[in-house]
Amino acid sequence: MTGIPPSPPPAESGTPGISLRGASLRYQGNRVFEDLDLDLLAGRMTCLLGPSGVGKSSLLRYIAGLTESGIEASVSGQLLFDGIEGVSANIAYLAQQDLLLPWLSVLDNVMLGSRLRGETADRARASSLLGQVGLSEYEASVPAKLSGGMRQRAALARTLMEDRPVVLMDEPFSALDAITRYELQELASTLLTGKTTLLVTHDPLEALRIGHRLLLLTGSPASFEAPIDPPGDPLRDISSPELAALQATIMERLTSARQKARAVG
Amino acid sequence: MRFARPIIIFIGLLLAWQLLISVTGVAAFILPDPLSVLTALYQRWPELLSHAGVTITEILLGLGLGTLLGCLSALIIAQYRGARLWVLPVLVVSQAIPVFALAPILVLWLGYGLASKVAMATLIIYFPVTVAFYDGLRRTEPGWLDLAHVMGGSRWQTLVQIRIPSALPALASGLRVAASVAPIGAIVGEWVGSSAGLGYLMLHANARLQVDVMFAALLVLALFAVALYFAIDRILRLLISWQPDKAL
Repeated sequence: MTGIPPSPPPAESGTPGISLRGASLRYQGNRVFEDLDLDLLAGRMTCLLGPSGVGKSSLLRYIAGLTESGIEASVSGQLLFDGIEGVSANIAYLAQQDLLLPWLSVLDNVMLGSRLRGETADRARASSLLGQVGLSEYEASVPAKLSGGMRQRAALARTLMEDRPVVLMDEPFSALDAITRYELQELASTLLTGKTTLLVTHDPLEALRIGHRLLLLTGSPASFEAPIDPPGDPLRDISSPELAALQATIMERLTSARQKARAVG
Repeated sequence: MRFARPIIIFIGLLLAWQLLISVTGVAAFILPDPLSVLTALYQRWPELLSHAGVTITEILLGLGLGTLLGCLSALIIAQYRGARLWVLPVLVVSQAIPVFALAPILVLWLGYGLASKVAMATLIIYFPVTVAFYDGLRRTEPGWLDLAHVMGGSRWQTLVQIRIPSALPALASGLRVAASVAPIGAIVGEWVGSSAGLGYLMLHANARLQVDVMFAALLVLALFAVALYFAIDRILRLLISWQPDKAL
């Protein structure tokens, strides 16, 4: 059981945070994590790093309400949103795949949430969000006409369209080329300002560039190591020696975590 | 070349046909030559047309009804687990009974007219349509369902907005099969008992050794079946234009 030291940067007023208490997940008899506590900083971006297979995505899916107890998995724990239980209505979710529906135009994809809830969609807002991600000219196009980076930008617009205080992102930029990823980090960091964000990533530099706080999830069952709060505000200059030193620390911790896992395995 | 190719194939087949007759010297009441079939086609055109009208009506009604019932069944078994557990075994068992064996019973129950043939065509396409659509509904991209879940989409809206559209390519495969087997249902129905239709005309001509008329009827049926298949294929491609077509 690992808590987070109480030194959060001042939260933006009015944006609630998320707390996880005593979360456990077993999958096919394996304890993925057990009795885990987590506090996400309100209105800030928290980045979740860890060796592959440690359960980062599982934790994110758990918070998103996508893991249900069944034959293979058993789930327990308490998820508090601003101190109140029941988070799901406050969450928007962005996955590694853009998950755009190929039969809808880009604009209709951005308005998917309203369609699914049977609400009238705010066309003007969707259109302006597409403008913010630089896709104004592609409103009427189908996703197949877009490049990978453009598709992920459309998915980002769809996520923002949901206008939820909490945004969960599961390696959203990992399938993109380096330059596109760099641009999208900047765009996401800017557009998600003020939202409580959890970003799962395997890229320490990405986390150091756009995260307010970095969490390392290691071990089996997984637990958090001491968090890292890089100095200054995102978007940080990735060429600064401070970040290089932090990146080295993170790499060291991740490597030793993997070696430990191998020694046990 | 795109338009010339079918014509070349058609003429090639006619030539091969004529060649076969010239070489083997087979009697005209076994295999008539192309010219006499075309003559029969020309001379009996009004009669062929009116019988073709009956058969085409049966096929189209059967296709419509079978598709409707198949889609409804697939939706019900995809959406309700309880229904699936009960209906799926019945569906499979129903396929174990050869539809042709049912033809005499259907004629007995529904009579000599249109209804028994429509029922045959419906029965023969019901299974491929149901299975294809159900399969498509089952294989919705899990990420889309996760997204819909987080967005708070209702079960019904998720079905309408995501699962049904994403199952359309699979349904299209089922409909292509249906378009090619529906004529079989109608013709078999006509053979068992009828007073009109191309199948009836063929039996009627057969009994009188008018083999050229039989072949003319067959030709009309084949032309319609091909036209039906391509029309349906074309409509489906237009409806599902978002699906990448890799078979080039």
